[in-house]
Amino acid sequence: MADDLMLRTEDVARHFDVSRPLIQRMIAREGRRTLRAVDGVSFDIPKGTTLSLVGESGCGKSTVARLVVGLYAPTRGRVVFDGRDLAEARSDAAQRRRMQMIFQDPYASLNPRWRVRDIIAEPIRAFGLTRSNAETVERVGQLLTQVGLAPADGQKFPHEFSGGQRQRISIARALSSNPEFLVCDEPTSALDVSVQAQILNLMKDLQARLGLTYLFISHNLAVVRQVSDRVGVMYLGRIVELAPAETLFTTPRHPYTRALMEAIPDLDMTGRQRIPVGGEVPSPITPPSGCPFHPRCALANDRCKAELPPMLPARGTPAAKVACHAVEEGRDGGPQAAVRVAERGGMLAAS
Amino acid sequence: MSNTLPLLEVRNLRVEFPTRRGILTALDDVSFDIHPGEVLGVVGESGAGKSMTGAAIIGLLEPPGRIAGGSISLGGRRIDNLPAKEMRTVRGREIGAIFQDPLTTLNPLYTVGRQLVETMTTHLPLNPAEARRKAVEWLELVGIPAAAQRIDSYPHEFSGGMRQRVVIALALCAEPKLIVADEPTTALDVSIQAQVIALLKRLAREKGTAMMLVTHDMGVIAETADRVAVMYAGRIAEIGAVRQVVKHPAHPYTIGLMGSIPPISHRMPRLLQIEGAMPRLSSIPRGCAYNPRCPRVFDRCRQDRPDLLDAGDTRAACWLYDGADKDAAHAAAESGYTEVRRG
Ligand SMILES: Nc1ncnc2c1ncn2[C@@H]1O[C@H](COP(=O)(O)OP(=O)(O)OP(=O)(O)O)[C@@H](O)[C@H]1O
Ligand SMILES: Nc1ncnc2c1ncn2[C@@H]1O[C@H](COP(=O)(O)OP(=O)(O)O)[C@@H](O)[C@H]1O
Ligand code: SF4
Ligand code: SF4
Ligand SMILES: [Mg+2]
Ligand SMILES: [Mg+2]
Repeated sequence: MADDLMLRTEDVARHFDVSRPLIQRMIAREGRRTLRAVDGVSFDIPKGTTLSLVGESGCGKSTVARLVVGLYAPTRGRVVFDGRDLAEARSDAAQRRRMQMIFQDPYASLNPRWRVRDIIAEPIRAFGLTRSNAETVERVGQLLTQVGLAPADGQKFPHEFSGGQRQRISIARALSSNPEFLVCDEPTSALDVSVQAQILNLMKDLQARLGLTYLFISHNLAVVRQVSDRVGVMYLGRIVELAPAETLFTTPRHPYTRALMEAIPDLDMTGRQRIPVGGEVPSPITPPSGCPFHPRCALANDRCKAELPPMLPARGTPAAKVACHAVEEGRDGGPQAAVRVAERGGMLAAS
Repeated sequence: MSNTLPLLEVRNLRVEFPTRRGILTALDDVSFDIHPGEVLGVVGESGAGKSMTGAAIIGLLEPPGRIAGGSISLGGRRIDNLPAKEMRTVRGREIGAIFQDPLTTLNPLYTVGRQLVETMTTHLPLNPAEARRKAVEWLELVGIPAAAQRIDSYPHEFSGGMRQRVVIALALCAEPKLIVADEPTTALDVSIQAQVIALLKRLAREKGTAMMLVTHDMGVIAETADRVAVMYAGRIAEIGAVRQVVKHPAHPYTIGLMGSIPPISHRMPRLLQIEGAMPRLSSIPRGCAYNPRCPRVFDRCRQDRPDLLDAGDTRAACWLYDGADKDAAHAAAESGYTEVRRG
């Protein structure tokens, strides 16, 4: 593997046992039930770049995030962090220090009884990154300044801050161990748009300044367009399309990617009607046979119902990998149809 | 629409919360109308007072919150001072409510059919058999597949999107004249969101129902509302036709708010950002509440509080619009930001 890769996942899966208690299963005569939260996900993240994962609630984004930082062990496949197997890397504090996670909820992720300076200093102390208390205090002050707060804010408790300020504190804490790789799980989804803009600008500045690598998770395509180098679209535990950001937004190929784009509300008020995706996301306990999108897909045929499509370079836009029989067979209308979708979704307006 | 009489008239509404440290004013001098069949969008950051406005209208302010001034009238009749029992009747029969989390509206112990039937028999001259027939119709109308079979299911047996559709059926089944919907799609995925918005719009149009749609999602407002009110720190900062507010906002806050929405059409090197945060209720600055963050602030803004002024196509609470030249004021407001989103 090239040494410019920060992270690589190889066919990673995480299944959960969601069976009812044994006695109930015996009465109902049912077997064990397995929920396939993530079911075979492969991607690379080159150093210094941002890969985003998008998809609807429950498609497995947070589970991927947890697999990638080692909070879950994979049921299948493996995660490689800077050339080393993650399980092995995690057992080494010097490696653990290099990856941190930022969560969606800035309220729940900070200990309410700790002062902000102790919250931020905790990883510094845990990894023994400073030699004296004075040095730690100075480092915490620097970190607070770096995220747009004041060193004096370290005296306060989390409840004294607004949601956006709390997310800045989470970022300062995540940066305190000098990580190179940050996993950001919906870091702005709980924030107002005006605060979201502040945090996204901050994350971009930090990336430029510190050369950070991001795995960025979001359900908001417009946010993803602002921050990503590459984008993976997830559906029911799998990546269905993986492409450079500009390729994805200008020529979306997978029918689900297209559906997501056509469902975006029209802020530019061009009179475009958003086209709702019919039906609902199926249960990951009983996923549909074949292509998991087939019950909602206008292009589905018998093959789609029977056969799981593999990820292949898309005909006409080979920079994109797509898991779809219609794309492979050339019956999706090709790149021309993709451009029309992008146009309808307002993706091409000002680029 | 302005030649019909307003259905809802909110005048100088003031809501207060007595606390140990003194009285907090959550809403101050809020005035607007909603006409029959009209959708008024209410947007703003969290804590701006959107839900509070909705709660005051439906008479469900959480104590010790209270209406401390102004009036609310529905069809010409004051409803802000009704006894609780009478207000309950108004709430089911004349005003329907939809909240963000469908589970707070639905009773988990009763089937959805029973809840629909009870609502209809309470408010409409229907017997239980008729009401049940109508309940199936409502479930079909809001897009529940196999409605006749699902009517005897419990709320937990539906997915989030379907539950929100059941809530919409419940809010509409007594055929109220006004719907107050507080973040009805915020908990839903985009694909489901579009279905629910399309449904609300269609029903409002077909039944001539007026709607107050509270959300922090400008995209939802842009495609659903006829007019929009932008709230900031307990007051209306700007109000006007949705197209004008979204494409040519006048108030410096609205300009900043619209500009900070990431565009889907292209990648920006940096997003426009408003510095700082909305003040807390306990420390709303004197004069214009936006003045500490406003790039166009001048002396008067720190002294006097602006009321809604004519800003050309909309009305804005901003001293820039105190003169006759509205275009010049507009240009001044926009020039405060380096990256203004243009329509
Ligand atoms: N510990 C667990 N035990 C059982 N099921 C789980 C567990 N964690 C996640 N799941 C299930 O796995 C699936 C994927 O969950 P995940 O949290 O990764 O989704 P997500 O894409 O992050 O969704 P959201 O956008 O709502 O955050 C869901 O069906 C979820 O209910
Ligand atoms: N029970 C309460 N006591 C004191 N203040 C409250 C109470 N409930 C809400 N508030 C305050 O009233 C303001 C408006 O709240 P709300 O209408 O819920 O805002 P929005 O819906 O716009 O997010 C906020 O500052 C909020 O903190
Ligand atoms: S494989 Fe078939 S069902 Fe799946 S997305 Fe492609 S066309 Fe649709
Ligand atoms: S009144 Fe003054 S401070 Fe307030 S928005 Fe207008 S220019 Fe800015
Ligand atoms: Mg998640
Ligand atoms: Mg609210």
